[in-house]
Amino acid sequence: MSSPVIALVGNPNAGKSSLFNQLTGLRQKTGNFPGVTVDKKSGTWAIDSQTVTTVVDLPGVYSIYPKSLDEQLVTDILANPAHPDYPDVAIVVVDASNLHRNLLLFTQVADLGVPVILALNMLDVARQQAKEVNAVRLAMRLGVPVVRINARTGEGIDQLKKAVLGQLHEPVRQGKLFFDPAEEATELITDTKAQYQLKNNYLALQYIIQHDGFTFLNRQQQVGLDAIIDKYQFSEPTFQAGETITRYKRIATVVAETVTDQRPANQSTWTQKLDRILLHPIWGYAIFGFVLLLIFQAIFAWAQPFMDAIDAGVAWLNGQLKESLPAGPLTDLLTDGILAGVGGILVFIPQIAFLFLLVALLEESGYMSRVMVIMDRIMRKFGLNGRSVVPLISGVACAVPAIMATRSIGTRRDRLITILVTPLMSCSARLPIYTILIALVVPSRRVLGLFNLQGLALMGLYLLGLFSALLAAYALKLVLRSKERSFFIMELPTFKLPRWNHVGLTVWESVRSFVWEAGRVILAISIILWVLASYGPGDSMQQAENQTRRQNPALTTDALENLVASERLEASYAGHFGHFIEPVIRPLGYDWKIGIALISSFAAREVFVGTMATIYSIGTGDDEGVTIRERLLQERNPETGGPMYTPALAWSLLIFYVFAMMCMSTLAATQRETKSWKWPMVQLVYMMALAYVTAFATYQFMQ
Amino acid sequence: MSKRSVADLKIGERATIQSFDNQLMSLKLLEMGCLPGAEICLSGKAPLGDPICLNVSGYCLAMRKSEAATIFVD
Repeated sequence: MSSPVIALVGNPNAGKSSLFNQLTGLRQKTGNFPGVTVDKKSGTWAIDSQTVTTVVDLPGVYSIYPKSLDEQLVTDILANPAHPDYPDVAIVVVDASNLHRNLLLFTQVADLGVPVILALNMLDVARQQAKEVNAVRLAMRLGVPVVRINARTGEGIDQLKKAVLGQLHEPVRQGKLFFDPAEEATELITDTKAQYQLKNNYLALQYIIQHDGFTFLNRQQQVGLDAIIDKYQFSEPTFQAGETITRYKRIATVVAETVTDQRPANQSTWTQKLDRILLHPIWGYAIFGFVLLLIFQAIFAWAQPFMDAIDAGVAWLNGQLKESLPAGPLTDLLTDGILAGVGGILVFIPQIAFLFLLVALLEESGYMSRVMVIMDRIMRKFGLNGRSVVPLISGVACAVPAIMATRSIGTRRDRLITILVTPLMSCSARLPIYTILIALVVPSRRVLGLFNLQGLALMGLYLLGLFSALLAAYALKLVLRSKERSFFIMELPTFKLPRWNHVGLTVWESVRSFVWEAGRVILAISIILWVLASYGPGDSMQQAENQTRRQNPALTTDALENLVASERLEASYAGHFGHFIEPVIRPLGYDWKIGIALISSFAAREVFVGTMATIYSIGTGDDEGVTIRERLLQERNPETGGPMYTPALAWSLLIFYVFAMMCMSTLAATQRETKSWKWPMVQLVYMMALAYVTAFATYQFMQ
Repeated sequence: MSKRSVADLKIGERATIQSFDNQLMSLKLLEMGCLPGAEICLSGKAPLGDPICLNVSGYCLAMRKSEAATIFVD
């Protein structure tokens, strides 16, 4: 027998992920479910020496009728025994303090005919609310194994093991369906079962109601199901509503028999007391503002020492390699091409880790749902959704994980708009460009005795990003018409202490996926760029080098080498590209040198600074920031004879980088999440147009 | 008198759900425990008065006013 699959199913906040971490520990991995982009968390769980199982953590759902993309997956797996992740046993994790609602999903999963185990979690919370659940009676009443667990502490895992082994070897299924659709639509169910060789009445009903969403049915089968619906004049929504009501009625009797509730009425819990402050018209926003400030502080100040350390580490490794390896194109490719490119990614890890650490803490504690609630009204005006807050905040670190975080948005249009505008949030890769250019044109001066002018300029750019994201969303809202009604219905979980191991795993996952997803693209582009910058047509590069050496015999070795490097770059393919696009970028105030940097930074914005350093032939000084700044200050405009980097040019570049879609990985992420090339292209075109027009206006206005 | 909906409740006011006026929305709401006959209590409103927070079936549910307006109460 190959390794059995155990699926964890449950409502959001029922403790599914805690249990998953308990069972699998560090033996887990993330990937994608076959054929869809939804994250798949799976891991191995050795029950005993003979039984090693694969545990799959399915997205949290309230019922098997999906409301969003990641919810669709749960039904797709549970209704399709041929699916590679179809479970041998499904562990349905339920929140014992909210048994009534949690049992809805449980009875649906059990009715599908999957061997189930009911894992009663959060009994401690129930007890605090003076509720006692009789597990034995519940098991008898439902006809399936019921195990009491505490997913946070790991209590009850031994009993869970026994139950899983039991279900694997001698599956116990409930005697009869909890809700049998054949009671009300006998012929429809019989007909469907016969035509599609199904044994289970409830599964047959799912074929009827959900066939458009089932990816495992082919076109012909879907049309066939439409015909059955027509034949019996079956109204899906009416039937589904009736099903839910009937289930809840039956569940109510089960709950009445198994739960004793002695809670004094109307006593407000401390969650409710906290909510009065967090959702307060003034305090609510003030606290959220403070939290945002804290996040920004973490990303920009606390992460700095770690980023410097990584930067220094990469530079050191680069130096070591250059010294120890024989000089030649291969070594250059490894050091200046690959290592420089990879270093450009690694340096952002601290910022991303900090951001996702804080976001995970806010989500774990239950605060993030409150943020979604207080922001929904504002976001809605812009065609977004309260749930868009998380992607937008995450976008400040990196758009790639931010775009992946849009999956919980149920409305297709809201989700699409969020994906399209998220890259306008200034991500951490834009920061080095901002700091260098701001240092160039904004004096470091205190204003009002409190703020630094440069800091204010930086904040202004971030706010510009935010407002443009909101405005772009508003414009998209007007363009993208949809009949689908936007909705926002969300459970507010009770406040809890974060589970630290869970937070740690989340941070690890987001960093890993960033390095892997963004890294591959940036690596490839780095290599291509290196080739373009290192080779030129014919022997033009050699000629340029020889000529420079002849003409400047007086220069010191270092200065000469730097000049040679710069001349060689102009003669390279990259230099030719720079000259080629010069007419287009001339109106923005840019010359061919900036043109090269623009092109190369198309792979990833952080490449810009490195390219500028190369173009302006700066050796690897100790403090590159200062060196680049001084070098740029010295640069003369060949036409006017004045400084090249006027405030007009610097601001034009700054504005360009606020809006420009300069990131291949983001486009790739959009492509994966929308499953089409249309949307990344739309994103690319509208952002580039925005960048060009605003940079043009800035330059012409300031000149 | 026109029908009252959950959106018309005052903070702290309790009511019993009677029916829904939007079929698709009702499917979502039913699953979240907003059942005919269930007692519902408006526990709070987000700043700017929307979305609203409800206590229903023992837990707290946030929804937009436009969604709450599809739930009729007695």
